[in-house]
Amino acid sequence: MKVETIVQALGLEVKCCRDQLGKEVTGGYTGDLLSDVMGNSREGYIWITRQVHQNIVAVASLKEHAGIILINSSQPTDDTLEKARTEQIPIMVSDLPAFEISGKVFNLLTSKT
Amino acid sequence: MCETNDNLYQESFTIEGGNFNNAGIVSTSIKSILKKLGIPNDIVRKSAIVSYEAEINVVSYAKQGVVNVTVKPGRVQIEVIDEGPGIPNIELAMQEGYSTADRRIREMGFGAGMGLCNIKNYSDDFHITSEVGKGTHLIMTIQTP
Repeated sequence: MKVETIVQALGLEVKCCRDQLGKEVTGGYTGDLLSDVMGNSREGYIWITRQVHQNIVAVASLKEHAGIILINSSQPTDDTLEKARTEQIPIMVSDLPAFEISGKVFNLLTSKT
Repeated sequence: MCETNDNLYQESFTIEGGNFNNAGIVSTSIKSILKKLGIPNDIVRKSAIVSYEAEINVVSYAKQGVVNVTVKPGRVQIEVIDEGPGIPNIELAMQEGYSTADRRIREMGFGAGMGLCNIKNYSDDFHITSEVGKGTHLIMTIQTP
């Protein structure tokens, strides 16, 4: 499933890198502890977090995540967006809390089409 | 003493302590270098994880640090030497969840006490030595096919 499909299905607000929404999503991970995400997420995952500072881009880039979804309408900082554009990591915003958006992404990824 | 130099690649980087704006920049460089050298993806991924965690530790706690990356036949070695407070009890520091991070570091999602565990788990060989008041020395080795 592509990032674009998740964006459309869940009405996510795309904050940057719209041209990267064709990336394939292989799974997802939810977490705010960077070492947890570093150790346990995988390449191609969509990462759901409340962290908005620029260090999330380094983690997503090193782990080759398909994108980042910020929860509870959290807004990325300007330097986060700047780094995300450089690293070509799409950042999206959802108005839902982590539990709900994770459930919706999980259902999309595991639903048979 | 006669020592043969079998290094296929060697490069050093410096890390500035306390500068979270650039945190991850050295690991990102290491990852792209290893990729360009044609190192297999799973080895690159492990190297990225261990170098990132070590880099964040230097940024979080030390004044500065040096990273030496060496690619040898059969292995990638990442050495991190910092000028920092040192670790009084390495056994305790290696326990998952143990952290001395302050609130500022924790609010950013660092300092969860998982960094050294990630390093240990993703290295094939990991050595750590530390001297209080002087600094910490890590040697992480990842085997290549």
